[in-house]
Amino acid sequence: MTGPSVDEAGEPDPLSGHGGSRLLGNRGVLISTASTVIFFGALALIVVLAPGFKSVREGFFDWAAMKDSLLGVPEEGLPGIAPSFLLNVEVFLVAEVLILVLALVVAVVRQIPGPVFFPFRLVAIMYTDLFRGTPLLLVIYIFGFGIPALQIRGLSTQDEVVYGTAALVLSYAAYVSEVYRAGIESVHASQMAAARSLGLSRWQSLRYVVLPQAIRRVIPPLLNDFVSLQKDTALLAVLGVIEAARAAQIYSAYRFNYSSFVVSAFLFILVTIPLARFTDHLIERDRRRRAARGAP
Amino acid sequence: MKEALRLEGVHKSFDGNRVLRGVDLSLAEHEVVCLIGASGSGKSTMLRCVNLLEPVDAGRIIVHGEDITARGVDEDRIRRRIGIVFQAFNLFPHMSVLRNVTLAPEKVLGKQRTDADDEARELLERFGLADKAEEYPDRLSGGQQQRVAIVRALAMRPDIMLLDEVTSALDPELIAEVLNVIRELAAAGMTMLIATHEMGFARDIASRVCFLDDGVILEEGPPEQIFSAPREPRTKQFLQRIVEAGRL
Repeated sequence: MTGPSVDEAGEPDPLSGHGGSRLLGNRGVLISTASTVIFFGALALIVVLAPGFKSVREGFFDWAAMKDSLLGVPEEGLPGIAPSFLLNVEVFLVAEVLILVLALVVAVVRQIPGPVFFPFRLVAIMYTDLFRGTPLLLVIYIFGFGIPALQIRGLSTQDEVVYGTAALVLSYAAYVSEVYRAGIESVHASQMAAARSLGLSRWQSLRYVVLPQAIRRVIPPLLNDFVSLQKDTALLAVLGVIEAARAAQIYSAYRFNYSSFVVSAFLFILVTIPLARFTDHLIERDRRRRAARGAP
Repeated sequence: MKEALRLEGVHKSFDGNRVLRGVDLSLAEHEVVCLIGASGSGKSTMLRCVNLLEPVDAGRIIVHGEDITARGVDEDRIRRRIGIVFQAFNLFPHMSVLRNVTLAPEKVLGKQRTDADDEARELLERFGLADKAEEYPDRLSGGQQQRVAIVRALAMRPDIMLLDEVTSALDPELIAEVLNVIRELAAAGMTMLIATHEMGFARDIASRVCFLDDGVILEEGPPEQIFSAPREPRTKQFLQRIVEAGRL
């Protein structure tokens, strides 16, 4: 484990990693402001002076096209990106809940000892290996075109959104179950021993003693995976689902203008940045807590 | 006197390393027996076997006439009656002191939360921890944590308590408060099997002292005999080293 940063006096430094101005001092603030201005100024110059800047500005940052694509043009049948983005959010929220549950089940099944449960463990291991090893895009194609082709009543007549979401859930749950598993294994065996010694069954010990500690430890990496999940909902576009990325594509194909992609990207960023900052906040809080209790 | 616990020819190996090589021991009800011996002599393993945290390779362990090492025995039912306290406390860090104590009574014995709370607070009160009920373990001193661990085990109303070097991880000034708790338990008639490095304490509290050496009980007897007139050369040697270290 990387210990908390400790200054020379041996006190944990609560501001490290924040680059807070209190640490930088006045001179530091000046220097950082200057270097920031120079850096972004140079970057802007490179873009603006690029030979194709004018066409990029018209093709990607056309204000009118941005507004049209964001809200859609009903009379021409062009879907708006903003209303379509609601589908991304919806798929994300549903998938997230299902992933958390399925992944926990898989992680727990892999922990069950005893020869009787070997087939269960085997299925869990095969599942994680299979879905972690297959590119998500291919899983979405296989589900989206394969399941309807099976012609199973009730299962094969669902909407593409359902197949796409199922692919997201199964793919991500394989990853997330490994995150859970790492969390479970990070709880020391003596905790299980203490729980069992009190007469709690294996399941009760897992449920009340090991899992609560394990889950608390893996919340930051889990949130990290969810930032990624939110973006990957755009992959449902390949099944013809009209979500934000697909709506942007439709707009660009009709109007020969790519501003819609910029709008779509901006919407995703709008959602993922708060999620990423929240993750950072949790990691930082966890770090401070460990430092406060003497970094066990 | 009725027999509370008996070990018959208990063997236990870890990866070919023979830790217990035929341990025989009998404890009467209300008896306090101390296990002494060098680190690695098998004291902890013996206690963990009695609590069924480690399965024995050979031999039998009998608790109140029931062979707990027999096939098909419900381990959870046995463990309810045998409390164990560990060297490293092993409190549940995500629960308050009160929840640490009430978890097993609630989930295993099916007690109502209010009843379990009342009983837990009573026990905490008795061991001077009443004001710590709502604290989390990492806010307590080592001595307090270990006393909570003892209370947690007692909350299941065990017939037998196993104490595994419960003061070894404590700072010297915190040892007394834990030993006093154990003295109180002994005075109250609790049957106890105690692995310890505190020889003075063992001499005070034990009705019998067993010297464990290389996986067998080499010598056992009343504390005055073991500490003043040990028969076995190995026992003499061990006690000699303890005296040299200033621990007796």
